[in-house]
Amino acid sequence: MSDNPTPAPAPIRRTPLNAAHRRLGGKMVAFGGWDMPVEYSGILPEHRAVRERAGLFDVSHMGEISIQGPQALDLVQHVTCNDASKLHLDQAQYSGLMTAHGTFVDDLLVHKFTDRQYWLVVNAANCDKDFDYICQQNRFDAQVVNLSDDFTQLALQGPAALNILQPLTPVALAPIKYYWFTTAKVMGVDCILSRTGYTGEDGFELYFDPAHSERIWYGLLEAGQPAGLLPCGLGARNTLRLEAGMALYGHEIDDTTTPLEAGLGWITKLAKPEFLGKHVIERQADQGLQRKLVGFEMIEPGIARDGYPVLHQGQTVGHVTSGGPAPSLGKNIGMAYVPVSLADPGRRLDIQIRTRSVPAQIIPLPFYKRPR
Amino acid sequence: MAYPTNFRYTTEHEWVAAPAAGAKSARFGITDFAQHQLGDIVFVELPQVGASLVAGQAFGTVESVKAVSEVFAPVSGRVTAINADLVKSPELLNSDPHGAAWMIEAELSDPAQSAKLMDSAAYEAFLAQQEAAH
Repeated sequence: MSDNPTPAPAPIRRTPLNAAHRRLGGKMVAFGGWDMPVEYSGILPEHRAVRERAGLFDVSHMGEISIQGPQALDLVQHVTCNDASKLHLDQAQYSGLMTAHGTFVDDLLVHKFTDRQYWLVVNAANCDKDFDYICQQNRFDAQVVNLSDDFTQLALQGPAALNILQPLTPVALAPIKYYWFTTAKVMGVDCILSRTGYTGEDGFELYFDPAHSERIWYGLLEAGQPAGLLPCGLGARNTLRLEAGMALYGHEIDDTTTPLEAGLGWITKLAKPEFLGKHVIERQADQGLQRKLVGFEMIEPGIARDGYPVLHQGQTVGHVTSGGPAPSLGKNIGMAYVPVSLADPGRRLDIQIRTRSVPAQIIPLPFYKRPR
Repeated sequence: MAYPTNFRYTTEHEWVAAPAAGAKSARFGITDFAQHQLGDIVFVELPQVGASLVAGQAFGTVESVKAVSEVFAPVSGRVTAINADLVKSPELLNSDPHGAAWMIEAELSDPAQSAKLMDSAAYEAFLAQQEAAH
């Protein structure tokens, strides 16, 4: 999880909640250049809390980049593969920041605040790279600002999230649809409240002035305590997103993979007049893929881990991009790129686990879908 | 958790119990410190009975949700038993690392080898020293 490429060894960074994590007994690790809690009470109880009740994550390491100006949309459209022109005010979309070769600089969320202002939420380890890249591509005279230090970001996730948050804000939360947001006061603090997340559960992400970090963090923990809310670390965030079949930059996607290969055709809008790398993706769509991302489950004891070879008749045909136990499914799962000819569900492949070759079976993604 | 005084410990956080009086076999496991570092343990791989063990070389694997860790033989010997319950319930390593979660039993090639390892007091001092370094 922590092997996102960080170009130059920069000093380790801390979110405004670093001291709070330590006080709560968080086990701290380096992730994408940040000192972050990997777990507090344990990955398994935290994972379970999010699936069954609720969990609170500090995700302030994520970056926020504002794009503003009369041609803000043109810049967003140029650098991303999804169609931001379809967004309504207060709506968000999942998208990819594209290289000229149709591969990922990053994956991100695009929020539309006004016709002239968009907001990108990007991965921590990529934020500076993304910002520089967007600035380079800015021939639209847009104002591109890295707001990452101006916001604390929390993710309140799980079936109980809405009921925990509702008493703390005057705005009615139930009408906010998935991937929509609003601005509202939470405990008297101005927040952007977005019905988004990275766990496969219902929930909200809150963005607000770091000055109020501890008040909101502890306030949410206290408000959620009767419902069984737990503070959660990056460990559970990873097992949750893996079960939900969500891509992690540096694993399922990077600057060598295209959205089509990654199964992200649904965020790739070839009907858009133009975006970086579109011609490459179009060609791929016409000619067909060589390889694609699949989900698999182990059918004999063994845990596939990131980087393990995937074998077909003894030959390496791909590598595991993410793998591990799926606590809510009671099995060991993973994702991997394999040749399209071997990518059909039901197909048996082997995973090379140290000296053993352990059978696995391709199954449809996502592994987990929340009951609605 | 207190570290049993009848165990010897390695700097890699494995333990070897003192053989019972007259016996040549001893149990191996990992310490409470190790299980705490690893977090929730979900998978344990053990050698087969009869496998030979060389002090300092890996004899098994312990996997937490996040990570894979090799377990090294504290001393040399030959495996006489494995803890099948542990293979079925790896979480025992989190709840009872010095007891029910013993990993293997081995006949020691040289019972005097254990004496070179840390006793519980030395191991606790070693942990305190490591803690201070962080």
